[in-house]
Amino acid sequence: MGTVQDRYKELAASAEQIRREKFENAPILIQVGSATCEHAAGSREVLDEFRKHVAASGRDDIILHQTGCTGRCSREPIVGIFMPGQLPIKYERVDRELVHQIFTGHIQKNTPILARVLDGPVDRVYDFELLCCGSHRCGWREGTELESALPGLLQEAGVDLQRVKIARASCFGACSAATEKTCSHILVKPQKTLYRVCSSDDLREIIREHIQGGRVVERLRVGGKTIGRKFFEIYGDVAFFNRQTRVALRHNGVVDPTSIAEYFHYRGFQALARVLDQGDSAWVIDQVTASRLRGRGGGGFPTGKKWAMAAAASEKTRYIVCNADEGDPGAFMDRSMLESDPFNVVEGMILGGFAIGAHRGFFYVRAEYPLAIERIQNAIGECRKQGLLGKNILGSGFDFDLEVRLGAGAFVCGEETALIHSIEGERGQPRIRPPYPTESGLWGKPTVINNVETFANITAVINYGPEWFSQIGTKASGGTKVFALAGKIKHTGLVEVPMGMTLRELIFEIGGGVIGGKRIKAVQTGGPAGGCIPEEMLDLPIDFDSLTQAGSIMGSGGMIVLDEDDCMVDVAKFFMAFSQDESCGKCTPCREGTTRMLEILERITSGQGTLEDIAKLERLARLVKKSSLCGLGRAAPNPVLSTLNHFRDEYLAHVTDRRCPARKCAALIHYEIDEEKCVGCTVCARNCPVACISGSRREPHVIDQSRCIKCGRCFEVCRFDAVVRT
Amino acid sequence: MSVTTDNWEQVQATARQVLGEEVVAFIGLCRDEPNPESQLIAVLHKVQAQYGYLAAAHLDAVAQLMQIPAAKVSGVASFYHYFRLQPRGRFVINVCMGTACYVKGADRVAQKLMDELGIRFGETSTDGVFTLESSRCLGTCGLAPVMMVDNQVHPEVTPDQVPLILEKYLDVARRESQAESGA
Repeated sequence: MGTVQDRYKELAASAEQIRREKFENAPILIQVGSATCEHAAGSREVLDEFRKHVAASGRDDIILHQTGCTGRCSREPIVGIFMPGQLPIKYERVDRELVHQIFTGHIQKNTPILARVLDGPVDRVYDFELLCCGSHRCGWREGTELESALPGLLQEAGVDLQRVKIARASCFGACSAATEKTCSHILVKPQKTLYRVCSSDDLREIIREHIQGGRVVERLRVGGKTIGRKFFEIYGDVAFFNRQTRVALRHNGVVDPTSIAEYFHYRGFQALARVLDQGDSAWVIDQVTASRLRGRGGGGFPTGKKWAMAAAASEKTRYIVCNADEGDPGAFMDRSMLESDPFNVVEGMILGGFAIGAHRGFFYVRAEYPLAIERIQNAIGECRKQGLLGKNILGSGFDFDLEVRLGAGAFVCGEETALIHSIEGERGQPRIRPPYPTESGLWGKPTVINNVETFANITAVINYGPEWFSQIGTKASGGTKVFALAGKIKHTGLVEVPMGMTLRELIFEIGGGVIGGKRIKAVQTGGPAGGCIPEEMLDLPIDFDSLTQAGSIMGSGGMIVLDEDDCMVDVAKFFMAFSQDESCGKCTPCREGTTRMLEILERITSGQGTLEDIAKLERLARLVKKSSLCGLGRAAPNPVLSTLNHFRDEYLAHVTDRRCPARKCAALIHYEIDEEKCVGCTVCARNCPVACISGSRREPHVIDQSRCIKCGRCFEVCRFDAVVRT
Repeated sequence: MSVTTDNWEQVQATARQVLGEEVVAFIGLCRDEPNPESQLIAVLHKVQAQYGYLAAAHLDAVAQLMQIPAAKVSGVASFYHYFRLQPRGRFVINVCMGTACYVKGADRVAQKLMDELGIRFGETSTDGVFTLESSRCLGTCGLAPVMMVDNQVHPEVTPDQVPLILEKYLDVARRESQAESGA
């Protein structure tokens, strides 16, 4: 064994020692999330409150553990309570009052607060949870599905079904070529035992021995650390999580993002040690190529191919850049990964640097993400201390170091040539490609630029193998994709799903559907560069090619759900206003084209549009798409083109009927008070900002249309549905 | 970095006065690294963090000290949205106008702020307490609509909550000015 592996083992062992000392004497764990969203929701106050309670109780068997973000934005702050021998319980929307209840009730008296459990309330706490693999690769061949076979078998053995919860998970990553199509997997909690089951007899044995006898069935047990398993052990009880496949996000909400010791525990730096020990950079590129990993920033360029191009360059000074300039409105995947699992991204970058022969790497991060910057800087500092960055990494002779460079609020800097200019200290304006950055990038040297999520997948590819990675997903795109679900969806948050899952599954099974029981109208993917996919196309599988065919793009992962109250012309106008403002002004089609398109859209939404305007808009959109210099300009017309394509009737309603079907465009709506329904409560008159509603108490009120500013305040405050919006 | 000016001593003295020791020291460190001019954006971030905005005198001093043409420095400073060329108020209110916030009514929150403060985006209230700005996306879409006051994120804001939030910060500003006049 080489010195690299020895050095790695030494580091891992001392990290494990630190971790063990921290957790060993404290069987009870209180886990509190810490990321920008969690902080905004009040997680720091929650952590403080727990600290006070623990101190006041004088107990020394409780440890407070800070982790990153799990992705359940609408339910934050989330707190997990881990008591020995029991299923972990997570609480949602925790505040000071609930902290008190959790501490005095759950921790001190062992009575969980069932009403406030995540995605609850629940009526009981189970003794066991059986999480069945629902992956399409799992080859359970017994006729009925694993999860539907279980209740019968449990009853047959005389187990009270009230004690056992059965759920379905997406994938534990435990399959291999040998077991594929013949066996399936089942995770038994709280013992966290993963079993490989091939027949009903296996299940009977697990029920008899494990559930009833309390003994682990060693014969069926799957050892090792399979990917994402820790995550499912903690969060697998909730549909939002167990329908996901966590690869890039596998440590989010599991590890303390500031602790290198905890990262070591989850195979941290194992990939790096292996690669540096072998010392074969071509092997790394081969692995990445074989995994069919495609760039996660939106472009979808094969990562292995990009690396191979840079590695083949004759110039020997090369650079590697992590693009964390996440400027798409509605996207926060990169922020979450940097805040919740920064070491993983750093390790991915070192591996990339080694593969292409770079010695200097840059993190280009938005200045708007202060916590992400802090965590990345901390991670870089910790790695330097341990000799994982700097000269002679792990004694391998390979030198590599990383620097953080801040963006300054220019969307166009997400485009790679503009990003290069920005790192060089220039205005972030793009230039014509070719030459591509892999040939001539930073300071004219070969440069590889990858997105945060791409780097977060690299360690998984090396540790678990390209065959395993490419099995997930579709033929053309291996692996998973992280999406930021937002808009009119019940469970907003961050999700990671295998490529090929349909939009409908993602939105309804994981996202819980539309809020308020409204009808979904469309999904907007890809931000200002993407398009709107109408409801009838939701059965589309998610991958780079099918979304492009539908007139949208995969993009970096923003996914905004729009319901019947959203006007598609207004949405197109919103994105056009964004692109127009962010256009760097270098090329005419983008600079002038976006301005004119915005003007037309403004005319249409203010009720002054004509049919000719729609024709002009469409022509101009195609022109800008064809003739702009960079990706920003070429993609800017997408929201217009896709809404014109799928929602032309809404455009027509605006110009021919002077009507906004979604009743969103202020100039085209009009409020009136229904005399029959109005009881004269005066609430509307008191709330009207321009005092244009008159009428005496207990008499029907009237809106003075000439002074009405159409703010909709009266419509919102009326409790008798007497204000009519048309 | 090569020095091309013959009044280097004077440049440094002026820079120290205008930019302060910390920024001057940082530029000094950059000079020892490869491609020092690439740190221009980082330097401007530091100046803005210290003074709240980039005044013409700051840009001038940075240009001189980094030996970068003044036209380029001001070109960079005006290109990026994050850099402010005007002084700002005690608190900077940043309303997220990202897609998720927009479809959840950020425009109405913004309108309420403008009505309450009597200013528009990019302006500072006459008492110097608030500067109103809009952001492309604060990346906390799950909590939409959001507004950020300095570094504090306020989630799920409704127009009704706006006066209460403003009042809280006005209170802080009032106490600060009292403490100042008391001292």
